[in-house]
Amino acid sequence: MENLQSLLHGFTIAVTVPHLTLMVVGVLLGILVGVLPGLGAPNGVSLLLPLTFGMQPVSAIILLSSMYWGALFGGSVTSILFNIPGEPSSVATTFDGYPMARDGRPTTALATAFGSAAFGALVGVILITFLASWVAQVALAFGPPEYFAVYFLAFASFVGMGGAAPIKTVVALAIGFAIAAIGIDTVSGSVRLTMGVDELVKGVSFVVAVMGLFGIGELLIAVEEEFQARAVSSRVDWKEVFRALGRLPHHGIALLRSAAIGCWMGITPGGPTAASFMSYGIAKRFSRNGARFGTGEAEGIIAPETADHAAGTSALLPMLSLGIPGSATAAVMMGGLMIWGLNPGPMLFVDQKDFVWGLIASMYVGNIVAVALVLLTVPVFAALMRIPFAVIAPLIVIICVVGAYSVSNSYLDVVLMLGFGIVGYLFKKLHYPLAPLVLAIVIGDKAEDAFRQAMLMSKGSLGIFFANRLVTTLVLAGMALLLLPLALQIVRLLRKSDEAAHEKVRII
Amino acid sequence: MKLTSKLVLSTATFMLAAALPAAAAWQPQKPIEFVATAGPGGGTDNLARAVQSIITKYKLTDQPVVVVNKGGGSGAEGYVYGKASAGDPYKVIFGTSNAWQQPLVSKVAFNYTDLTPIAAMAQDEFLLWVKQDAPYRTAGDFLKAAAATEFKMGGAQSKDTDEVLTRMIEKAARVKFTYIPFKSGAEAAVQLAGGHIDAHVNNPSESLGQWRGSTQRPLCAFSPKRLPQGPKVTATEGWSDVPTCMEQGLAISQYEQPRTVWLPGKVSPEQAAFYVDLMKKVQATPEWKDYIEKTSQVDTFLTGAAFDDFIKQDLEHVKQVAGEQGWLVK
Repeated sequence: MENLQSLLHGFTIAVTVPHLTLMVVGVLLGILVGVLPGLGAPNGVSLLLPLTFGMQPVSAIILLSSMYWGALFGGSVTSILFNIPGEPSSVATTFDGYPMARDGRPTTALATAFGSAAFGALVGVILITFLASWVAQVALAFGPPEYFAVYFLAFASFVGMGGAAPIKTVVALAIGFAIAAIGIDTVSGSVRLTMGVDELVKGVSFVVAVMGLFGIGELLIAVEEEFQARAVSSRVDWKEVFRALGRLPHHGIALLRSAAIGCWMGITPGGPTAASFMSYGIAKRFSRNGARFGTGEAEGIIAPETADHAAGTSALLPMLSLGIPGSATAAVMMGGLMIWGLNPGPMLFVDQKDFVWGLIASMYVGNIVAVALVLLTVPVFAALMRIPFAVIAPLIVIICVVGAYSVSNSYLDVVLMLGFGIVGYLFKKLHYPLAPLVLAIVIGDKAEDAFRQAMLMSKGSLGIFFANRLVTTLVLAGMALLLLPLALQIVRLLRKSDEAAHEKVRII
Repeated sequence: MKLTSKLVLSTATFMLAAALPAAAAWQPQKPIEFVATAGPGGGTDNLARAVQSIITKYKLTDQPVVVVNKGGGSGAEGYVYGKASAGDPYKVIFGTSNAWQQPLVSKVAFNYTDLTPIAAMAQDEFLLWVKQDAPYRTAGDFLKAAAATEFKMGGAQSKDTDEVLTRMIEKAARVKFTYIPFKSGAEAAVQLAGGHIDAHVNNPSESLGQWRGSTQRPLCAFSPKRLPQGPKVTATEGWSDVPTCMEQGLAISQYEQPRTVWLPGKVSPEQAAFYVDLMKKVQATPEWKDYIEKTSQVDTFLTGAAFDDFIKQDLEHVKQVAGEQGWLVK
């Protein structure tokens, strides 16, 4: 009840004319940087940061977090329309979002994504409101072995299923791990796999890899196929937006499950990327339409988007109460907190009640503002799909080149991005799955660090992964998810031979 | 070249006419890029952005200043970029002591001699931290316990400042630690709060929030004298209440991390002098004092020979530790 009172007090801070104006400005700027090539939320927020130095901390954080919400929504737009994910966490959205948009239903795809994202964010912020103190405690229980177990769980839930041949999945994973290992290794401090190229010491940026693999790779495939057929004649229809939103409750179970996965991964510091992949993987396995995933299934959009936003929102809590930023954007905001004179940490909730609850209240209001604004833009963005392919294709190349270059103003990144484009094309042609590759690039080095830190702690004994109830549960759940498809296969085989036997009896 | 010298000359005459000191003879003619050798949000990034905002606020130069982050490879990305920009006085590199420490222990493609030192602007102190409910009240208690069982010590990165200091403690106190490298000091602080490690040697700002929140507390500071008295951190204690490690019988009198500013190599002395002067002006502002206090750093300004001496001394220290640990490369 105390939390509810604090929240109401927070609303009196957040719902004022200047703060609402800030939210609208922040969200619009956020959508802009989310959609524009090569900007993205972290850059946008750091550009805006110096402007906030003269502001009240609570106004400043409202502006920056609104921009973050806007950018998250904006990032989904490029994933769905052009197959170019702007943030690691929106990669999984491309799997079904892009096919659906290409089939002539961009409005439905965008509206479904935004609707489920808003639902996820709402569940995340409700969780923060009522379980703030408990959530902070849970995060503390996570040491290196537990971190590894969470990443293992994410890998297992995604890899165990998959339509591709298992051996191809393993190959894709292995290539991903190798790419993630390029650069300076946290645990040994030495430089790995730079092959004499000094600039590679910084590692391969995720954005560079994904723009090539998805954006350029898809383009090459499209050029090869009959591209005339690809100019989509979608009618821009307002009713379609509401129809798509109206259909969301039909997927209630998927929404709730994805939100739960998202919150869980946000609190246990697995993060939004792991959450969206895991949610997609689990949805594919348990959905009635699982087999149609990847061809433009609504649930394939709902699952990653809901989990992504639920995780992104609930991950703000560890940042405030423990001082670990869950994402690059959160890291910039944390830098801001220090400059405004606030110290992220357990005392923030006690010392700076106005700030914390003002922010939480603004998360409710800010997300509603964001979803309203972004839904208004759906027809505009959907109209982009009507532009003929001959115009859009060079545009995509420009987006990818500018995006790759602006990651760190490096020409090498552009070359790498084009190289990844060829890899993406080959993967598609040879029916290798891209998802495990991306997953390994994004969380592979984190999983490796956590594993080796755990090994240092235990002096090389694997027993540390079964040392307490939490880590044992996580590891066992991961193993179960990994082995489940195998077990199901065996059951199915047995049942078949059983039925076959019955048939025989009947015939005889 | 001719054009540049003409420009410099004409600016110089103009400046002389305006009766300004000769050191400000060179003036930037295009936007200046501040390169932070760390990701957004880290200590080095905060410094670069604080300096940027002060310069903009007081219009200390006519040219716009932009901050870019090149924090890949524990900062190597930014230094390599500085090396590649030799002769370009519009790139200012912000780093730490890893400018000279990193080339010792890993095969990175730069050395601090590829850059032109401008100044060391602030010093971050190191303290020995334990979990709030740990049974040790003093560094002595802690080391006695460490002699009996091997403690897990966390820190940011491998073979970097935190691990060097950890190894120095091992040697000074004749104990053995298991060092666990994390991505950042903030991460190590959370791991300590959760009881996954036994201690770490974070900077004040990295664990300030945790100390106020009573999840961990400092045992001693690696400083020749107690830290300056600031506002109280907890209800009863402030930084000046933390004893020095020397007081507690841990014989490491001084260990600190300077925040350093560099230009690329092969710039002219006038160009370097301009930035030394600029940083001095930044340091004289009340906003700078505010920044130093909020991030719990120590205000210092080393430039010229004093900065060179500091680098040489620190290099000796690190070389010794790295040599004993077998980390040296090449």
